[in-house]
Amino acid sequence: MPDRAATQPAEAKRRPLREYLQAIGAVVWKDVQAEFRSRELLSAMLVFSLLVILIFNFALELDVRTRSTIASGVLWVTFAFAGTLGLNRSMAIEKDRGCLDGLLLAPVDRSALYFGKAVGNLIFMALVELIVLPVFSVLYNMNLFHPGLLLVVLLGSVGYVAVGTLLSTMAVHARTRDVLLPILLFPVTIPVLLAAVKASNGFLQALEMTDILPWLNLLIVYDVIFIAVAFMVFDYVVEE
Amino acid sequence: MGPMPKALKALNVFTSLVFAVALYLVLFYAPREAVMGDVQRVFYFHVAAGWVGALAFLVTAVAGIFVLVRGDHRWDQLALASVEIGVVFTMINIVTGSIWARPVWNTWWTWDPRLVTASVMELIYLAYLMLRQGIEDPDRRARFAAVYGIVGFISVPLTFLSIRIFRTIHPVVVGNNDPTAQGTFDMTPKMKLAFFFSLFTFTFVYITLLWHRLRLQQFKERIEERKLRALTA
Repeated sequence: MPDRAATQPAEAKRRPLREYLQAIGAVVWKDVQAEFRSRELLSAMLVFSLLVILIFNFALELDVRTRSTIASGVLWVTFAFAGTLGLNRSMAIEKDRGCLDGLLLAPVDRSALYFGKAVGNLIFMALVELIVLPVFSVLYNMNLFHPGLLLVVLLGSVGYVAVGTLLSTMAVHARTRDVLLPILLFPVTIPVLLAAVKASNGFLQALEMTDILPWLNLLIVYDVIFIAVAFMVFDYVVEE
Repeated sequence: MGPMPKALKALNVFTSLVFAVALYLVLFYAPREAVMGDVQRVFYFHVAAGWVGALAFLVTAVAGIFVLVRGDHRWDQLALASVEIGVVFTMINIVTGSIWARPVWNTWWTWDPRLVTASVMELIYLAYLMLRQGIEDPDRRARFAAVYGIVGFISVPLTFLSIRIFRTIHPVVVGNNDPTAQGTFDMTPKMKLAFFFSLFTFTFVYITLLWHRLRLQQFKERIEERKLRALTA
């Protein structure tokens, strides 16, 4: 790509890591502050996740016996749906008001924008999860605050957001963008969701660590691969 | 871009002949499997179709890398042509597997990891086609499709590998078998010949279709060009 050399000064390569992190921090801070002022993203995600939990309650008749075995599935479906909502909105805001073009003009490495957006999305998803987990615990009278489960929730969200940020950047440019993101995202993230459901289930059922470990490993492998690939190809997605 | 090139004509004839031979090998030459009977003959084309699906998606991912690095839209045409063929053959793979599973597993479909990963793969590439439809700017479409083709493809082999930690009832005829698999068998030399010949045949079917599909794409572009010229003239 010849045009990249023009938009990025040569000394950008020699900049220390600190400035790169600062650029990421600036993007994250911008998202957090904008969200703090409007609160439209978080409130939509929260209300939506509570609705999903309620609907599952009717649909699956989550009584005491079935509850323990399918709780992890219900949790992850909720997180995945709420996550899509957040990802779509967070990128649509950038696109609609021309913010994305402004961000691209900034003299920072484009991958810093990716990591900034991804961390911002992760924060929103984590906030929603932090509220949904206790609500779920209270409504269904089961303790979800197991340190292992929290780790799985974090790892699963990282993998989901890593691909989600990349794909939502593509989806906002499409004609059918709101419909497109879940269609693009769900099949690709099925391995992450699957591993997360299985590992969460293991912790909730208090299985042996040897049964849970393969799923945790799988989750970590996917996280690393998804982040690496998204990091490599993000440049081409935002290129004009 | 005129009439069909000689090489393609030859390839047409060759592929048709080879396909006829493969049909003969699969239907008559290969012995009848003792336990499952004739339905086992599905296996030859089932695996071959699965192979073409995987190969087609690999070609798409590689073409996608070239699109990103070189920015040449011919690679994008190759990626698209390959995905279309891959989707069709993966579908053939799933349907033939289902036909075989009905008598052997006593069900059309089961939520076995192998079946699920194959259908997830199919869904990824259907999403790929929908992504392409949603974007008008050809340059951007090529880049986005390339990115999705790569992201989709890295998740496919991993999904297949990840099923190694599951127990599956899907037989693995080539290589080691899972003890829980149902409907497995050992290939006799005649079966092996029919099997490898089917793989060979389907690879040529893939190449032939790919070539035709690329020509079709080029014709389409020429029509577009002429329309534009007629409108502006």
